[in-house]
Amino acid sequence: MPDLRELYQEVILEHSKAPRNYCEMETANHTAEGYNPLCGDHFTVYLNLDGDSIRDISFQGSGCAISTASASMMTQSVKGKTRVEAEKLFDQFHKLVTGQSPANGNRAELGKLAAFSGVSEFPVRVKCATLAWHALHAAMRGKQETVSTE
Amino acid sequence: MTTAAKRLPRESRPADVRDPGAGFDVEKVRRDFPILRHRVRGRTLVYLDNAATSQKPQVVIDAIGRYYERDNANIHRGVHFLSEHATEEYEAARRKVQSFLNAADASEIVFVRGATEAINLVAQTYGRTNVHAGDEVLITAMEHHSNIVPWQILCEEKGARLRVAPISDSGELLLEDFENLLGPRTKIVAVAHVSNALGTINPVQRIIEMAHRGNIPVLVDGAQAVPHLKVDVQGLDCDFYVFSGHKVYGPTGIGALYGKSTLLDAVPPYQGGGDMISSVTFEKTIYNKLPYKFEAGTPHVAGAIGLGAAIEYVNDLGADNIAGYERELLAFATEAVSVIPGIRLIGTAKEKAAVLSFLLDSIHPHDIGTILDQEGVAIRTGHHCAQPLMQRFGIAATARASFALYNTREEVDALVEGIQKVREVFS
Repeated sequence: MPDLRELYQEVILEHSKAPRNYCEMETANHTAEGYNPLCGDHFTVYLNLDGDSIRDISFQGSGCAISTASASMMTQSVKGKTRVEAEKLFDQFHKLVTGQSPANGNRAELGKLAAFSGVSEFPVRVKCATLAWHALHAAMRGKQETVSTE
Repeated sequence: MTTAAKRLPRESRPADVRDPGAGFDVEKVRRDFPILRHRVRGRTLVYLDNAATSQKPQVVIDAIGRYYERDNANIHRGVHFLSEHATEEYEAARRKVQSFLNAADASEIVFVRGATEAINLVAQTYGRTNVHAGDEVLITAMEHHSNIVPWQILCEEKGARLRVAPISDSGELLLEDFENLLGPRTKIVAVAHVSNALGTINPVQRIIEMAHRGNIPVLVDGAQAVPHLKVDVQGLDCDFYVFSGHKVYGPTGIGALYGKSTLLDAVPPYQGGGDMISSVTFEKTIYNKLPYKFEAGTPHVAGAIGLGAAIEYVNDLGADNIAGYERELLAFATEAVSVIPGIRLIGTAKEKAAVLSFLLDSIHPHDIGTILDQEGVAIRTGHHCAQPLMQRFGIAATARASFALYNTREEVDALVEGIQKVREVFS
C-alpha cells in the first residue's frame, strides 16, 4: 500500500506552506500559464532568459500541496541552468514521478527533487507534480498560451 | 476561517419526518449492494461519492444480466418472441419511470443517455424553436455545467442572453432576484432541483409558480434530487424534468426526460434515425408519435430495464423512508464534521440533501481527497462541474462527501477520522 508519508515528505509540505520565488517578475521576458482543469490548479511561471540561460525564475498561482511544492522546488532547481539542462531535468523529473526512474538508478542530478518519488505511487497526482514544469517548458519555448494538463 | 457551520437544529427539522429511520434497516440495505463488501486499499470501502454516481443493488445487476442472458433482441420491430418480450420489458421500464415521477402518461417519458442529454435535447428542440434573438434563458448560479453549457450554445446560436439568478452565502437561491429576472424576454427557466455541489434543495414549486405567471416553461434538473426526494411532476407542474439513472442506483448510460406532451408534440425531433419515424421517403419523413419521436436508433434497452429495477428497489424501500434516513444521517454528519477545527462548510441551506461540501484550513481539497482515499474513504474533490459556483464563493474547489441510503454513522465516523488524519499530515 502506498505510504502517505512518502508522498507528503517534510520538504514537500514545507515548500507548499512557504513556496520560494513566489512572486510576479517585472523583468520577465518569458511567461506561461499552467492549468489543470480537473482540480482548478493554476500557475503562472515567469522567466528571465539571458540568451540560453535562466537568469531568474518565479511563479504565482494556486494549487494543492504537491503542485505548489513542485513549482517552488522547480524554481530553485533550474535557476542558473541553460534551457537544455532544464529540459533534461524535467525529463528526469517526469520519469521519477511516473515510476520510470529506478530507485537504484541515477537520481543524483535531481537533488532534492527526488523527494517527489512518492508521487509515482499516486498516478492521479502526476499532473499536480508536473504542472509547473509544463508551464516552464512552454515559457522556454516562448509560448504565451495556457498549457493544460488535459 | 469560521468553524461555525450553520446546522439544522433537531427541533426545526420539517415536520414530515416522523420517526426517521424507523422501518429502515440500513444493514439489510447494505447487503443488497455487493460492492460494499469489497475492500479498497486493504480497508472496507467507505463510499461517499454518491453525488457522482451511486452503487448498484444486486437486483439491478441481475436485471441487466438476465436481459442479456434471456431476453436480448431489438425492440419495436420484432415479429419474433424475443423481440416482443424485450419490447414489453422496455415499455414496462418506461411505465415505472412514469409512475416514479407521477407523469400523466408514459408517452411523456423519453429515454435518453442521462440528464445531460435530456437538457441538450430540450435546448436543441424546444429551445431552438422558441428562443430567438434578444430573448433570455434564465438559470441559477448553482447549476451544474450540464445545465449551463447547453443553454450557452443555444444563446450563442440565437443571439439570446443567458441570465443567472444569484444565490446567498449559504447557497440558497435569492427568490426575489430570481423573480425580478423573469420578464417578457424570458423564454425558458432551467433550474436544479438539488445542487450537486452544495446539496441545496431549491424551492422548485415556487420557482415554477413564478415562471408560470408569465407563461414561461420550466425545466427542472433532477439529477441530484431523484435519489433523495419523492418527485411529482404533475404536482410541481414543471414542464420538463430530467434525471440520470446511475445516480439513483441504476446503470450508467440511461436516463429520462419528462416533458408535457403538448410541449414535446409541438417541437421538432432531436436526432433522426430509426425508431423515430413513422414513414420515410426520400421526399419526406413522417415522424413517429411520442415518445418515439425522440428516441432515434436502438436505445439502451438493458439500461432502461436496469433503471426500472432500480426504481422498483427504491419504491420497495419507500422514498419517504429513504429521505427520512438520509436526513438523519446528514444531520449527524454535519454535526460531526462541523466540530473539526478549521472546517468550513460550503452550502448551509436550510433545506439540503445529503451532501457535505467543505474546506479544511488552507489545505487544498485535492490533498484532502488523496489522504482520505488512503483511509479507504472515497469522496470527490474539485469544482464538481460547477466552476461558476466555485467562483461565486471565491474558491477553486471543495472536498465533497455525498451520502446515499446505504451509508452509516460508522462511515461518517471514518470520514471524521480521515479528516483528522489530514490535519495530522499537514500539522
